[in-house]
Amino acid sequence: MSSRALPYVVSAGALAGLIAIAFAVGRYPVSLEELFSLSTGQAVAPNVETVVMQVRGPRVAAALLVGAALAAAGAAYQGMFRNPLVSPDILGVSSGAALGAVLAILLSLGAVFMQLFAFAGGLAAVALVYAVGSRLRGHDPLLALVLTGVIIGTLLGSAIALLKVLADPYHQLPAITFWLLGSLASISPGELLVAAPLALLGLAPMWLLRWRMNLLALPDDEARALGVDTVKMRALVVAAATLMTAAAVAISGIIGWVGLLIPHAARLLVGPGFGRLLPLAMLLGAGFLLAVDTLCRTVAPIEIPPGVLTALIGTPFFLWLFALARRTW
Amino acid sequence: MLQVDKLAFGFPGRTIGRDVGFSLADGEVLCVLGPNGGGKTTLFRTLLRLLPKHSGAIRLEDEPIEDLPRAEIARRVGYVPQGHAAYFAFTVREFVLMGRTAHLGTFASPAGKDFAVADRALESLGIAHLADRPVTEISGGERQLALVARALAQEPRLLVLDEPTASLDFGNQIRVLERLAALAAAGIAILFSSHDPDHAFLCATRALLLAEGRALELGAPREVIRPDTLERMYRVSVQVLATEGGMHTCLPRFGRPA
Repeated sequence: MSSRALPYVVSAGALAGLIAIAFAVGRYPVSLEELFSLSTGQAVAPNVETVVMQVRGPRVAAALLVGAALAAAGAAYQGMFRNPLVSPDILGVSSGAALGAVLAILLSLGAVFMQLFAFAGGLAAVALVYAVGSRLRGHDPLLALVLTGVIIGTLLGSAIALLKVLADPYHQLPAITFWLLGSLASISPGELLVAAPLALLGLAPMWLLRWRMNLLALPDDEARALGVDTVKMRALVVAAATLMTAAAVAISGIIGWVGLLIPHAARLLVGPGFGRLLPLAMLLGAGFLLAVDTLCRTVAPIEIPPGVLTALIGTPFFLWLFALARRTW
Repeated sequence: MLQVDKLAFGFPGRTIGRDVGFSLADGEVLCVLGPNGGGKTTLFRTLLRLLPKHSGAIRLEDEPIEDLPRAEIARRVGYVPQGHAAYFAFTVREFVLMGRTAHLGTFASPAGKDFAVADRALESLGIAHLADRPVTEISGGERQLALVARALAQEPRLLVLDEPTASLDFGNQIRVLERLAALAAAGIAILFSSHDPDHAFLCATRALLLAEGRALELGAPREVIRPDTLERMYRVSVQVLATEGGMHTCLPRFGRPA
């Protein structure tokens, strides 16, 4: 096996193992023999089939989808904004998408509208952050972008707080609060069927343009002199990454840190070339969120929101990366 | 190859230079000299349509530059910007391969021929041994050479280099200038800027002196690089000496005001 393939093979193997563990553990344990029988089409106890197919199946699928989508979007944003510090959370995409989704809950709209509102909110937020951040001259552009994202994110947070005050405290507020905490617990197969094609739709241009994505990491003048229409391409990729983020956020609520941490980890393993980075980031993102969600529903009698655990892991990891890596991202 | 007529250039709302005109034929080397802030970089960016021109005409192989798509300009003109801030740790080979982008389909990645072109470009500049090193970990001078290699990988017919020798040691400066002369001998038109008038003597067929927002002089280096033009541009006293073998060199009169 060539050393270039090694990170993918190891991550894919680890992911397969994690999937098996995620199906096996929980309030109702399922043995590996039963899982094997079920996956080869043999008869198993009806209880086992219900737990695996109805309860854990959609949840595992949601963890894989949301983890992969957030990591892919994060990898795209980081390359495109030439900034290894940006992520869907920091650029305000998550808050914008959350505001859109909360608004949809408040207006009692259905799941499709929630996706649509989340996408519009996310896109509006990232456009605002980029427009304001790139106009703040006289500052380090990277710092300006990150700080603008944090500031706009705070503003959007207040708007969400306002909507919560306006919401019906018995019917809408619990849904909003639960959703804002982020959870993979109650995602229905129907929601997955809406989110998965949207995430794929966002992924397609990123994968097709994977070589050109590298050039967006160059200073703008250089990318243009090398023949890339940066304005058009950046708009397309922002829309694609935002669509992916919104598709994820609309079903899972806000789960931070995945889109920031995972692309970093992948870049450390295979370098910044987007064609190699994207698949590994998606594998690692899927595995990371599945591991986190499995821990969240097994370590304590009550479920821990996955965003809490990603933050607990993410904060020290990120500080360590920041201290260690400096300019060699 | 390149014709510039009565060009006014600058930033939106601020014209930096006007009435600049010159033409550049295949195999010619034009060196642009001028003080800091004289508009060399702005002129080059305008010629590549990275900045909109204010007035006048720029024709690339007899076509107005504003009629050409970005990718078509990139197939004809290689650009070496002044310095390069590396954000991500691409390897030098990947970095040079980016020069192939305009030759690739929109959804394509570099293939065998592109790798061959990139490796040839690296070898021609003597940095083949850096191919697998990250661009963030090589020296500023080595990165400058990688930028030149990337422009060569574009297989351009015109090469525009903004102070290609700025961060290089003496040996690498001479090697880059020799490389430019060799490329010109192979028929490529070359436009470069420098802070050292000797560079024009070494390898340019003509020199353009850019100062006070216009072209002061345009002509053979030996005719336009004179003590009076150098003093006017740089406000220091300089003598121009003839050396053995018909070369010329500039020597400042140290400690004497202009």
